[in-house]
Formats: sequence, structure tokens, C-alpha cells
Amino acid sequence: MKLTPILVGAFTLALAASASAQTLTIATVNNGDMIRMQGLSSAFTEETGIELNWVVLEENTLRQNVTTDIATNGGQYDVMTIGTYEAPIWAKQGWLKPLDGLAADAEYDVDDLLPPIRDGLSYEGKLYAAPFYGESSFIMYRTDLMEKAGLTMPEAPTWEFIGEAARAMTDRDADINGICLRGKAGWGENMAFLTAMSNSFGARWFDENWQPQFNTPEWKSTLDTYLSLMADAGPTGASSNGFNENLTLFQQGKCGMWIDATVAASFVTNPADSTVADKVGFALAPDTGLGKRGNWLWAWSLAIPNSSQNAEAAEQFINWATSKDYLALVAEKEGWANVPPGTRISLYENPDYQAAAPFAEMTMGSIYAADPSQPSVKPVPYVGVQFVAIPEFAGIATNVGQLFSAALAGQMSADDALAQAQDATLRDMTRAGYIK
Amino acid sequence: MARNVSTGTKVGFTIAAWAVALILFSPILWVLLTAFKTEAEAISNTPTFFPQNFTLENFSAVQDRSDYFKHAINSILVSVGSTLLGLIIGIPAAWSMAFAPSKKTKDILMWMLSTKMMPAVGVLIPIYLIFRDLRLLDTVHGLTLIMTLINLPIIIWMLYTYFKEIPVDILEAARMDGAELWNEIVHVLVPMAVPGIASTLLLNVILAWNEAFWTITLTSGRAGTLTAFISSFSSPQGLFLAKLSAASLLAIAPILLMGWFSQKQLVRGLTFGAVK
Repeated sequence: MKLTPILVGAFTLALAASASAQTLTIATVNNGDMIRMQGLSSAFTEETGIELNWVVLEENTLRQNVTTDIATNGGQYDVMTIGTYEAPIWAKQGWLKPLDGLAADAEYDVDDLLPPIRDGLSYEGKLYAAPFYGESSFIMYRTDLMEKAGLTMPEAPTWEFIGEAARAMTDRDADINGICLRGKAGWGENMAFLTAMSNSFGARWFDENWQPQFNTPEWKSTLDTYLSLMADAGPTGASSNGFNENLTLFQQGKCGMWIDATVAASFVTNPADSTVADKVGFALAPDTGLGKRGNWLWAWSLAIPNSSQNAEAAEQFINWATSKDYLALVAEKEGWANVPPGTRISLYENPDYQAAAPFAEMTMGSIYAADPSQPSVKPVPYVGVQFVAIPEFAGIATNVGQLFSAALAGQMSADDALAQAQDATLRDMTRAGYIK
Repeated sequence: MARNVSTGTKVGFTIAAWAVALILFSPILWVLLTAFKTEAEAISNTPTFFPQNFTLENFSAVQDRSDYFKHAINSILVSVGSTLLGLIIGIPAAWSMAFAPSKKTKDILMWMLSTKMMPAVGVLIPIYLIFRDLRLLDTVHGLTLIMTLINLPIIIWMLYTYFKEIPVDILEAARMDGAELWNEIVHVLVPMAVPGIASTLLLNVILAWNEAFWTITLTSGRAGTLTAFISSFSSPQGLFLAKLSAASLLAIAPILLMGWFSQKQLVRGLTFGAVK
């Protein structure tokens, strides 16, 4: 028997098989909504025949991996999960493909995307990433403790009221802290919270000439308020508390109030995990009457790197994953409460969703209260609410975050932390060429 | 001469040894116990030692989300493959340094060791670009190659130390009997250094198995090993400790068992040459 024709035939068949089965490699973050999408993605494969290869990573690892890949044009991934921080920077670098197909697709309905989120993912008017889920931050509070303190939470409170309520709700003997806030150092940890908080005090990272502003009374007022609030009403060891630590404290009834991501609402109201599920109220992030609230804006979004060899299929996948139909699919399989929030206007108009998610209205109100292009009271030369959308920000803010975390731990005074933050930021911005 | 040791001293040392062993084992024990807890219990502020609501659902959730066996096979291929490749390069290199040293041998050995002190991220971009151009990204053979390069200094240093303990007269006798270089290494040197080679092999399998930085950076879906598998279960937002513990337990189980069964060989190899 001659082997050559058989081998040639087998090789041709193998080639044909590999050609017909297109595979997309998707880098994504490990959170509940993304994992749910991974579970439901067989519907996309059945519909299109496109296979999906999932790479699920922890947030910081994901950021390191996708940044390395896109900066070197590595081509490991066809779809990348990125945030509102990366989207405008990478688009400006020319690393991402514009999602023109989505914008032109009437069925996709790009105008249904929540405007603040859509703006945050666009560069020069073009959409470069499609939001999979969006979030802001707001106040989650214990209705029973608020009542016990003899206070009523307004829908849009001031920092003054929050301070008064936190101190009144604190009961050290019963291990109840009036307020739980992020203290763990990191640009996406304590600095996300403090930058958003500083906006409501009229502070800003940089003036119009990129001069750091930590030496202004507004930043001093921000940090003094934060530190005194945490000293009087915060949990012990708060300088190592991030989202998860505060979530646990709140779920176990140890916090009167918690200001953090709106996505936490579904966790604290879930009776399976939370001991206070039926005693939680929501309010907008506080302000000081200056016209800006202390809430942030973030969206985990899907984008296509320029190095992808499967851009068309990748856009097809993004269309599926961020469509109205996907929201309906999740609702059908897992209920409306589990639909990824914060991306589409139509979701917040849906009575089924409003009934299933009591925090829906407040989430949308918080998202609309954030303005990435004018985050603070005074004009700024950058975009971003809880971050500054420049590549240097992650490193600079992590340094500043360590100083503020040290101040929270009592290792230095607020004045020293601000002075050192000013010096370090000035040095880094000068080195980076922003300050001549 | 044997030293007289009192019973009290023996008991004291035994208790101290057990205490140290328990401290070293405690993280693994904690992972083991947490893997069988619910997520709420795992992150509770008042931690429980034994699972109050014993559950196996973390293991099924881990397998549902990710393919454990694919990652485990990749781990075996990369760790064993890189170690064997390292030994093939390392044995002749260590032979030449131990038995035919030049003036610069000590400097070369120190230089090789110094490469281990360099932060890996410092060479990330050049390596990534080389891998991209050679189409080695997300391939098992690419990962095997990088793991060989990372562990080669340790392999050569360990083998060099073991080879130095072997009397050079024996190798010279073999040469006098007409053995060529290849036969001298394969039939004389290697059999005498088996304990040392075995412990080098075992240690390097463990090091390659545990390596995370390069594994996570250079792979996406196809060539990921168990370290990449574990990293997918950590999250800054949400409850993940119990599932992460289940994934960790599954990832360390094979290497833990291997270490357990080969501990005699490992200890023998690691203490080889410690006493002359």
C-alpha cells in the first residue's frame, strides 16, 4: 500500500479542519460576570462555529499580561478585557482596532450604551472598547443602625452628614464601625477611592499645566477628613483593607456604612453570603456642595488588539457579549439580578430588572453623576474620574497610595504624606516630560 | 565517636523538630482545610479551623471553569522536559568545571549564579519579543526552553558541587584504561554521582513546577501550566478563597506526593558532600 497519498490526504484534511475551526483567544478578568459569560459562551460557538479559548486571570496579572502583549505586538490574544483607564491610552497609541462595526450595527444599538461609559471608552469620538459591565461607587448603609442612631440617610448626603452618621453608628463594644473605607495602598485600591473623594472636595491631581496639586488646601481637607473619619469610626487595621476585606466586614455586620463599587450591592444583599442582606440601603456618594460627588466610574470592557489575526470574528464575539440579547440570555438562564449592570440604558428602563435589583436606580444615578472629562470642580488637563488617563499614573498613584496608607496606619502625619506626595509626583511628571 | 545525648535533650529536639515541621506545613494544612469550606466560611472574620459545612463543590467548580488535566499535563511536560534538557547540558558543563577548570571557571560560576539574582521582569520585554519572533509564545516547547535556561545555573552549580566530591584519580584511572571522554562521563562519572544527579533532577522538577512569572506571561490558553491554572482563581473583587484553595491543592498535590516518596533521595542528595 502506498503511504504517500494517504499522508497527503490526512494532511489536507487536517489543514481543512484547522482552517474551518476558527479559534479566538480571550483574555479576561476573574469576576462573577465574566465567569458567567464563559459558562454561557457555548451559545456563541453553536451560533457561529467559532471556538473560544479562555484565559482567565487575576486583575493585576491580566493587566501585566495584556499590556506586555499589546505593547510588543505579541498577538497572543484576539479579545482583551480592559478598563476605562487603558482604553483611551491604548487607543491613542494606535494599539486597538476601532469598533466601527458595532457603531454601524443598528441591532447592536450603540446609542443604548450609557453615555458616561461610552465616552470613557472612546477616543476622538470613536469607540475602541465595548463595555461588558460598568460600575460607579455609592454608599451602602445599614438601615437598622441608621435608625438606631436617630438619623435618616438623605438620597444625596454630604461628607458632613456621613461624618456625623459614622460617629453616631460606631459602637466599639459591639465591634461595629461606623464606616469602612479602602485603605490598602494601590492606584486601583485606596487611590481610586481617595481620588474620587478629592473631586468632591474640589481637589485635582494636576492643574492645567500638569503641576501636581497635593500642596493645595483642597487635598489637605480631603485627607484630613478621611483620616479623622477612619480614626473615629473606621475598623482597626484599615490600612490593609481593600474591597474584599470591607465586603466581609459589611456582610458580617461590622460596618454601619461602606462606600465602594456599585457591584458590591448584589453581594451585600445576597442572603446566602450576607448576614445583613435585608437591612441595606443605598445613597449617592457624598459631596461638599461644590457640584461634584465622590464617586468613580469604571467599566470592564472588551477590545481587539491590532495584532489580532481574527479581528472580524473578535468583533462578532464582542457584539454578542455586549449585546441586548446577551443580557436577555443571562436573565433567562440565571435571572435579572445576575445580568451584568451599568452598560445599557434599556436595562435600567426594564421593569423586570428594576424589580429584581433594588439598587438599579441608584447605580444608574451614580454612573450619571460621574463625568470623566470634567471630574473635578476646577479644570483639569486629563480624562478620568478616579484615575488620570496617562500611562505614568499607575506608578505615580501607587507611590502616593503608599504614603496615604502609611498616614492611615499612623506612620506619618497627613501633612508629611501630602508633602512627600507632592515632591514625588513633581519629580515623576518632570522626568516624564509633562513639566518643562 | 558517638556523642552521649540525654533523653531530655532528645525529647527537646524532637519537639522542636515537630514544631518547625508543623510551622512549615501550616500553610499547606490551611489550604487543605479551606478547600473544603464554603466561600463565606473561608473568608469569615472569626476563622474556623475545621470546615463547619464540609463541601466538595469548590473542586467541581474549579474543574467546571478550567481544565485541570490539560494544565497538569503541561506542567509535567515542562518540568520534566526542562530538567532533562538541563541535565544534558549541565553534566558536561559541570564535568569541565570540576575536572578541567580554567583560570576563569570560578568567575563563570559566579556569573551564572548572578543571573539568578536578576529580577525576571528586567528581561521580560526582550524575551517576549524573541519568543514572538520565533513563534514560541504559548507553546510547551518554548516554555520548556525558558525553564531550562532559568534553572541551568542551579543545575550546573549543584552538579559541580557533587562532581568535586568525586576523586579525580578514579576518572584518571578510567582514562588510563583507555576510556574516551564520553565513556568517562557516562560510564564512570554519572554512576558515581547518581545521588547528586537525582537530587538535582528532583529539585529542578520542583522549581520548574512552581515557576509562575514566565509561565503566566508567556502562555495564553494552550500551554498554561498549573501555576497559570491557580492564578485564574484569584480576584480582588468577590469571594474566591475556597476555590483558590481547591485549585492550589489540586496543583500542588502531584509535586507534594513526588516529594514525599522521594524525600530519602532528596535529603541524601542535598547533604551529599556535606561531611567529608
